[in-house]
Amino acid sequence: MKNLVVKLGAAAIAVTVMATGAWAASAYPKNKPREQDWSFAGPFGMYDQAQLQRGLKIYAENCSACHALSRINFRNLADLGYSDDQIKAFAANYEVEDGPDDFGDMFFRPATAADAFPSPFPNQEAARAANGGAYPPDLSLMAKARAPIRGFPAFVIDPFRNYAENGPDYIYSLLTGYKDEVPEDVSVPEGLWYNPYFASGTALAMAPPLFEDMHEFDDGTEATVSNMAKDVSAFLMWTAEPHMDERKQLGFRVMVFLLIFAALLYLSKKQVWSRVEH
Amino acid sequence: MTDATQEPEGELPTRRDFIYVATGMMGAVGAAAVAWPFIDQMRPDAAVRAAGLPIEVDLSAIEPGGTIVVTWRSKPYFIRQLLDDEIAAADTLGEGDMKEYVPAAERIAGPDGADTNNWVIVSATCTHLGCVPNTVDNAPEGWFCPCHGSVFDMVGRILRGPAATNLPLPPYVFADESTLIVGSDQV
Amino acid sequence: MSKLEHHGTYTPTTGVGKWIDARMPLPRLMYDSFVAYPVPRNLNYAYTFGGILSIFLVIQILTGVVLAMHYVPDATKAFDSVEHIMRDVNSGWLMRYMHQNGAHFFFLAVYLHIFRGLYYGSYKAPRELLWILGCIIYLLMMATAFMGYVLPWGQMSFWGATVITGFFTAFPVIGVPIQELLLGGFAVGDPTLNRFFSLHYLLPFMIAGVVILHVWALHVTGQTNPTGIEVKSKTDTVPFTPYATIKDAFALIVFLAVYAYFVFYMPNFLGHADNYIPADPMVTPAHIVPEWYFLPFYAILRAITFDIGPISAKLGGVIAMFGSIAVLFIVPWLDTSKVRSAVYRPWFKLFFWVFVINSVFLGWLGSQPAEGVYVALAQLSTAIYFGFFLVVMPVLGLVEKPRRVPNSITEAVLERSAGSGGGSPQLGDATASADKS
Repeated sequence: MKNLVVKLGAAAIAVTVMATGAWAASAYPKNKPREQDWSFAGPFGMYDQAQLQRGLKIYAENCSACHALSRINFRNLADLGYSDDQIKAFAANYEVEDGPDDFGDMFFRPATAADAFPSPFPNQEAARAANGGAYPPDLSLMAKARAPIRGFPAFVIDPFRNYAENGPDYIYSLLTGYKDEVPEDVSVPEGLWYNPYFASGTALAMAPPLFEDMHEFDDGTEATVSNMAKDVSAFLMWTAEPHMDERKQLGFRVMVFLLIFAALLYLSKKQVWSRVEH
Repeated sequence: MTDATQEPEGELPTRRDFIYVATGMMGAVGAAAVAWPFIDQMRPDAAVRAAGLPIEVDLSAIEPGGTIVVTWRSKPYFIRQLLDDEIAAADTLGEGDMKEYVPAAERIAGPDGADTNNWVIVSATCTHLGCVPNTVDNAPEGWFCPCHGSVFDMVGRILRGPAATNLPLPPYVFADESTLIVGSDQV
Repeated sequence: MSKLEHHGTYTPTTGVGKWIDARMPLPRLMYDSFVAYPVPRNLNYAYTFGGILSIFLVIQILTGVVLAMHYVPDATKAFDSVEHIMRDVNSGWLMRYMHQNGAHFFFLAVYLHIFRGLYYGSYKAPRELLWILGCIIYLLMMATAFMGYVLPWGQMSFWGATVITGFFTAFPVIGVPIQELLLGGFAVGDPTLNRFFSLHYLLPFMIAGVVILHVWALHVTGQTNPTGIEVKSKTDTVPFTPYATIKDAFALIVFLAVYAYFVFYMPNFLGHADNYIPADPMVTPAHIVPEWYFLPFYAILRAITFDIGPISAKLGGVIAMFGSIAVLFIVPWLDTSKVRSAVYRPWFKLFFWVFVINSVFLGWLGSQPAEGVYVALAQLSTAIYFGFFLVVMPVLGLVEKPRRVPNSITEAVLERSAGSGGGSPQLGDATASADKS
């Protein structure tokens, strides 16, 4: 038995060593995402509505020029703490295509709460043509669709520390990770921007999108690049997973129920088996 | 099996029974709680509910005596502008002429400050079995259901046929002189 | 099989009960199968996974039926309809995450169930058919899981389907026609998605059917137990209810608690981020890896990098991969040992744990790029995998000197409690109560 334990331990160490090497083996991203403190981290973490509102402002005034957010409807903004009237007024700033009318023509009308955020380009081809061949992806699911591989042993440890913020950490790191100084062993093609946090190469077509003081926030939050990157990352986590608060609240009740039920079942089981040697 | 008579008499069986009952009740509560989301998912979803928001109708396009059909929550509604003689014909009908009497005036409306109320907004779903009645200009008869022959008057009250109740009124409100909101009684 | 003496104790007490019993004795069948049915008294928690698996089959079918009410199997709408479920359908996110993580935990439970069977020799005579039916369930599960993974129509769905159906092109002449038959086209597309949806809905009910056969076969031979000794007298067993039911229920709830933790707190941990990108037939993801439960087989597939005579490396990989599953079917005849349980086989026990670690290691290799040192490691690991079945099992049974096996389950239980110094003052009661049942 002792023998077995020793062997198990040796195997575990061997696997760990090889896996650590494996992280270095996968080429991109060059730098791991930097972990941030998120209000929605952990089993009791919830979205910070003020942060999401700032994130919406940044999306609406910056990102939306190139990036669609087509899975979010204006009605969803109620989650951010806006009233129906505020949502109606906000939606009316956007025009959406509707129709056909009685003459068979398509027409534009102000958006309503039931409409989705209109996309900046009618299709992928138009988006590429306007952006030098690069397609600015839809951001609705970005925080779940971009999650660099964690590798061993991180992926074993993550469930125990409830780390599920790989996506927003990545977005934050990318937005704040542009570097002017390019290392000598890296070549950056013309028209691209060096960013060691980018998941699929050394450089990307998006220029650094955030600048100091480009926004003014009603709640007095300082518009540093770091603050804005964090806000917009949190906002994109919400667009990707709008039911997270509800999920964790329900989860807490389910876990409490299951633990009490398990305890009762254990006592019952002990009682039932108490007179049988087994 | 677990025969209680083998146990010494006393507190033990009580405590044991309590554990069994508590465990069983937990199980029952859990099963009921799990059933809810499986039922809940069949109710109209958020997108359907959002698409069922109140609609705005431009009344200026409807001529006197004309009827249009609008859709709210995927169901049709009649909007009819009555002529004076049609209102008069509806008014002459009394309690003996129909199954479910309400005064015609209660089913006619109009925007604030209008000279006369002459708008009828009623469901276009027959209260018998759900067909859409045909509009007829045969005062006092206003609608005729082709499925089973129910006849409604100019303001949607059931006159004869298998339908038992009047065409229901949706919530609506006149936002201004020529704009009607169907689906909400608040502007 | 003296344990069958317990059957036939059902006596309906009400008039309705008697009336039904005379016409269709379903209550009697249920009573005999799940109440009076005798199980060895020494079953440990490793024996609870059968019950857990049946609950997970129910969870998957129920949540799956719900998802099918909202899902659209159309290449242009599938991804959107899944997002519609996640965002707009009431409790839709819960149904989807339960189904998605349920698949992972279904496989986790089935692997523990299979390892338990290997460890305690559950496949040995007279339970060969029981074992083979289990292997069939496992195969059906793999097919179901694979087709289910395609349905959300994300990048991994699409490219997973492309790669897996590409296996068939390894076969000369007939390979490409078979692939086109499976896909309903020259590449993965709308027809593929539609047939996968249809089959993904059908297969779980076939699994349920085979599960009934599996349980039937089980109830004919009775459970094995950690000692591997057949039941010899009534003192060896306890009635299924309440003894096994309460133990299974406790294990189930503990297992469900772990499952719930993932559903509610880490729902995407076991999945792959690329599947939140809509399928794009023009762009292949950087790393295509299957879900974790297929990784060991994926590693075996890629381990064959050399031609074997007329067999190309590609075909060799496919043969090795299918062979790694096929070998499970003949396990009852590969093991030559007269002793059933690993408890009394010190060498088999050691090799068993090497096999378990090797399987996990193969899984990890499957997630790594097939290049450099990983290829050599995968080849070594594949050799160990097949070596366990094809060399260790037949040879060890002939050369290994097993420890002394007790005469009966009861004796083993008593020996153990005496060995642990606990004594057995209550033994008389236990025997009596077991006898009464």
